[in-house]
Amino acid sequence: MNSVRQVNWTSKIGAHAVLVLFSIFFMVPFFILVSTSFKTQPETFVYPIKWFPENLHYENYLDVFNVIPFFRYFFNTSFITIMNVIGVLFSCPLAAYALARLQWKGRELVFYITLAVMMIPYAVTMVPVYMIFAKLQMIGTYWPLILPAFFGAPFFIFLLRQFFKGLPKELEDAARVDGCNEMKIYLRIFLPLTKPALLTIIIFQVINSWNDFMGPLLYLQESGMYTLQIGLQQFKTSHATDWPALMAASVLISLPIIVLFFFAQKRFMEGITFTGIKG
Amino acid sequence: METTRKGYYGWLFAMPWLLGIAIFYLYPLLSSFYYSFTKFNGFDVTGFVGFANYVELVKDELFWISVRNTFYYALLAVPTGLILGVFLAIMLNVKTRLQGIYRVIYFIPTLVPIVACGVIWQWLLNAQFGVVNYLLYEVGLPQPGWFSSEIWSMPSLVLIAQWCVGSGIIVFLAGLQDIPGDYYEAATIDGGGHVRKFWHITLPLMSPVILYHVIMALIGALQQFILPFIVTGGTGSPANSLLFYNMLLYKKAFAFFEMGHANAMAWLMFVAVMVLTVVLNWSSKRWVHYMGD
Repeated sequence: MNSVRQVNWTSKIGAHAVLVLFSIFFMVPFFILVSTSFKTQPETFVYPIKWFPENLHYENYLDVFNVIPFFRYFFNTSFITIMNVIGVLFSCPLAAYALARLQWKGRELVFYITLAVMMIPYAVTMVPVYMIFAKLQMIGTYWPLILPAFFGAPFFIFLLRQFFKGLPKELEDAARVDGCNEMKIYLRIFLPLTKPALLTIIIFQVINSWNDFMGPLLYLQESGMYTLQIGLQQFKTSHATDWPALMAASVLISLPIIVLFFFAQKRFMEGITFTGIKG
Repeated sequence: METTRKGYYGWLFAMPWLLGIAIFYLYPLLSSFYYSFTKFNGFDVTGFVGFANYVELVKDELFWISVRNTFYYALLAVPTGLILGVFLAIMLNVKTRLQGIYRVIYFIPTLVPIVACGVIWQWLLNAQFGVVNYLLYEVGLPQPGWFSSEIWSMPSLVLIAQWCVGSGIIVFLAGLQDIPGDYYEAATIDGGGHVRKFWHITLPLMSPVILYHVIMALIGALQQFILPFIVTGGTGSPANSLLFYNMLLYKKAFAFFEMGHANAMAWLMFVAVMVLTVVLNWSSKRWVHYMGD
């Protein structure tokens, strides 16, 4: 008994040592990021490295606001993000509800297609979808970044379908006896019950849209319409060695998602777990 | 009567998504296939050329460089991500009050936008002034050129990918927590040590989660684009060592307007992804165990 406890003890200490070591690996970049963002440019080129800046040069942050229209990009990105959230909240629960709880011909086939299209690489649909938007004269507008969300996202539909499947049948039976039509049953009874799953989807969509690089890279032309991600990329090209300013800009564009994470930590973790295990 | 009414609603509810499938998946899939057999500059299809695009690709040196780089990356990044993810999940599964804090620490890097991630790591791995080379110098180790060296550029990218291994850890941890504790207790009574428990209990019971992770990680690695695009400013330098498949495809489509070649590349990627998925699923019969089997 004693030896078992001892083994437990040593393995616990061993595990902690490993965990701390990797915590350093995961956290040091953040420390360098923030510390560099407050340095002067010459301070970044000294030897030995200064772990902390001599003075807090918050001007680097002001530089970011001066060089790139940060608030404008922030607004653009927020607009695209919000429209995408609205889009997926409209399209995905509808399709998921149809796949989970309504009887119709072709339902199984559509479900399998939904799973299958998740495997299609972005590169395959990239050019033809671009051509569609070119025909509609929408290149250089926000439409290509917003419209697709209103037609559903396979992964979210799959996730919500699993959720709808788990709800008891008595719910709709009672409503049907009361003479509610299908739309009412969906809107009044089922949609409110999926709130936790919808929150997960909102979080995923916010991260996707906020961090999207490919879409804006393909479709946006005027610099005034850029998003934060493209803005940072531009900034990087024009300020290749101004590390303090680049770090300050990186802090500013990363912060919103990290703040969101601390507000909705549980949902984040649940969402990730669900996608990895049940997917 | 009842079923027809409901059937009508089913189609109605699914309509946006049915249109979505048609417009954003099926039509593009087929037209990409068609474009891959044409000369197409982005405005007009100027002719049907049979397999010419594919033949030209096979003769294109850059095409093979991008294929080699992409597979090299996948070969390095997927196994390291898997091993590191499972290893850290097992460490985290040791019951401790700090588990929640560690989980957050490991997860946060995954939230950093890829553009920022690229910028941060380019600074950390800066050959002259970066903190990594500074520390290596202090402990007397050689300092690689990282992104400025054609040998080290790929390992640098793999290193960044490991910084974002957090969501994998969370998934593996949840998988570990699903394994009933009785199994381990029974093994302890039978005198099984940590290593045997790992090989005979943990790994077999985690295999479905691992299979799913490997498939998704592999597909993701083959489609790697943003990180090398950011780090190299789209060039794939030094010496094309970071020229990824999708970067070349993007260049062919939107810089050279060789849409025929780009779509041929896209379809080759599609076929490769499908074949790899089928092979992995098929091989999984030998190594994936589902609980209750």
